Amino acid sequence: MYDIQHESKGLVSHGVNACAGCGLELIARNTMEVLGENTIVVIPPGCGSLFSGYGAGAAMKLPGFQGNLENTAACAAGIRAALNAKGDKETTVLAFAGDGGTVDIGLQSLSGVMERRDKVLYICYDNEAYMNTGIQGSSSTPYQASTTTTPTGKPTERKSLMEIAIAHDIPYAATASIHNLRDFRRKVQKAKDTNGPSLIHIQTPCPTGWRYDPARSVELARLAVQTGAWILYEYENGKIKVNMKLKNLKSIEEYIKPQRRFRHLSQEDIEELQETVKKNYQRIMDRLEYMEGTV
Amino acid sequence: MAYKMLNGNTAAAEAMKLAKVQVVSVYPITPQSPMSERLADMVASGEMKAEYIRVESEHSAMSMTMTAQLTGVRAGTATSSNGLALMHEVLSMVSGTRAPVVMPVVNRGVAAPWTLWCEHGDSMAQRDMGWLQFYSENVQEVLDLMLVAYRVAEDERVLTPAMVCLDGFFLSHSMQKVDVPEEELVDDFVGPYIRKNGYLDTKDPMFLCGLCGPEDYTEMRYQQKVGMDNASKVAQEVLEEFEAKFGRKLEIVEGYKTEDADVVLVALGSMCGTAKYVVNKMRAEGKKVGVAKVTMFRPFPVDQLRKVLAGKEVIGVFDRSAGLGGQGGPVWSETCAALKDQSSDIRHYVGGLGGRDVTIDNIEKIFNELLEIKEGRRDKHTQWIDLKDNPMEIRQVIKNV
Repeated sequence: MYDIQHESKGLVSHGVNACAGCGLELIARNTMEVLGENTIVVIPPGCGSLFSGYGAGAAMKLPGFQGNLENTAACAAGIRAALNAKGDKETTVLAFAGDGGTVDIGLQSLSGVMERRDKVLYICYDNEAYMNTGIQGSSSTPYQASTTTTPTGKPTERKSLMEIAIAHDIPYAATASIHNLRDFRRKVQKAKDTNGPSLIHIQTPCPTGWRYDPARSVELARLAVQTGAWILYEYENGKIKVNMKLKNLKSIEEYIKPQRRFRHLSQEDIEELQETVKKNYQRIMDRLEYMEGTV
Repeated sequence: MAYKMLNGNTAAAEAMKLAKVQVVSVYPITPQSPMSERLADMVASGEMKAEYIRVESEHSAMSMTMTAQLTGVRAGTATSSNGLALMHEVLSMVSGTRAPVVMPVVNRGVAAPWTLWCEHGDSMAQRDMGWLQFYSENVQEVLDLMLVAYRVAEDERVLTPAMVCLDGFFLSHSMQKVDVPEEELVDDFVGPYIRKNGYLDTKDPMFLCGLCGPEDYTEMRYQQKVGMDNASKVAQEVLEEFEAKFGRKLEIVEGYKTEDADVVLVALGSMCGTAKYVVNKMRAEGKKVGVAKVTMFRPFPVDQLRKVLAGKEVIGVFDRSAGLGGQGGPVWSETCAALKDQSSDIRHYVGGLGGRDVTIDNIEKIFNELLEIKEGRRDKHTQWIDLKDNPMEIRQVIKNV
């Protein structure tokens, strides 16, 4: 039993030592608030483990486990299986991992969970690099972003986690953004109510890793959507729903200019990036609209 | 009491059923695969009431078993060789979180070269991961040691996971007549799983396995060491209770005709059966030889082995793993350390790798060498006992053709 040292408003304690302006903190607090006390959490090493705690202390009033980096989904599935064996179908099992722990090293065990239809809610908070270890590039780092292992900019596009989830035809998958928490909370509730694996992929602005003024996290999350760099949509029982369709994309410059991870780009590079983002947006939209049945 | 014809794989599966394992997550690997299949069959038919997870790797198999156990049920998996190597990182999560998982390990060499067959290199490579290790001589012992392992691993004084090792093919695939105890008797012996210190429960929340700083890490490891130290004593109690209940005597270290022996061979696993046969054969010829069978390798049974080997001047140790780069294989190194204050001449033998049979001839040759050393008629011994005459010529690339 926890010995409560400081009462907090929600299930996450106040004063978690996340960086100023951390997008993840909003995600963690809102997620736990929606899911409630009947939840068991698996968090691998990474920024998310700030919410588990340090030493004998914990930062959440929830039972949880910090597994290895690559077995978050498997650890969650083991908890689910034990709950099932005990006849407990109600408790939510939440896997809460970053992009590195999900789309890189954790992809195999996540694929296993999705294929087997294990009832696990998986949230990937995507801050677009290995931030907790010091900003190393992941396969979710966007094209041209500079990290400590892609110092001249990442030469390839990011991996599409949503499309991987859709390829597994899981009952519910969605992308989300911290600029629209109401939408995110609705999606978390939907995922919680899903009888089977569900996945939420949420972009997580990171002032430390993206190198911008910490006051601008929510604004940048909005700009990512408005420029087409991040697309909000859901996949539910085989049907696609695009949450926000844009007639005109804002210039990518508005989004990348405040971020020093794109500072190395020349005007020519920026123009090329603009073309790439536009093409990508169109390519994904075409596919989504086709799946939506609106084309 | 009922006799059944079982092989090592089905005996281990039978033990998991008898122990009422509630979550099974296994990934098939030769020569363990028939065990995965048998467990799946038993769950599908309802013979075994458990959740069966058809998992996508050994890494995940071990991970799920760990968290299922931490959620308060007895959980099980099984593996072999490269599968065990893939579990490596999770093995220390299991022991460090004090989840008392019991896992049969079907011994097979680790690639490369690829081999499907028996050696102890796979489990020996994991010997410092904080798991108990038992080695089985025959199929009956596979079943018996599994039941014993649940009791020892789950004991509050121990809380340490356990591997029950069985030699690939020699045991996993050989049918033997096995005394399978009645369910009620096993219920009484093993009992239901009772969670102890750390668990995942929304009614009593705690966060397990958070980051541990240098201020606590040493003590957390020390707690594991104490658990390991206690395991020897607890195992002794459990083995005595087992004998009283089931009528079969198992020993942490079994001295087979060692009392008056001039020389003793330390061995583990299925080769002990062969070694005992050779002991009888040679004793009929008037040669006083004996075998020290190490049933429990982790924790290393220092006191028990010292007792069996007390006063022996010449001792052989058979390692069924190469121990590359060490002064010798793991069993030899441990034996030397255990007898460091005894002026014994401890000879190191390596053999039976990658499925090569440990033959009567091999063991007889070892005993004869040890006897000659004891009598002062021999200096050197044949360390790699079953090596061909031309080891360096095997598979050499022919140049300029």
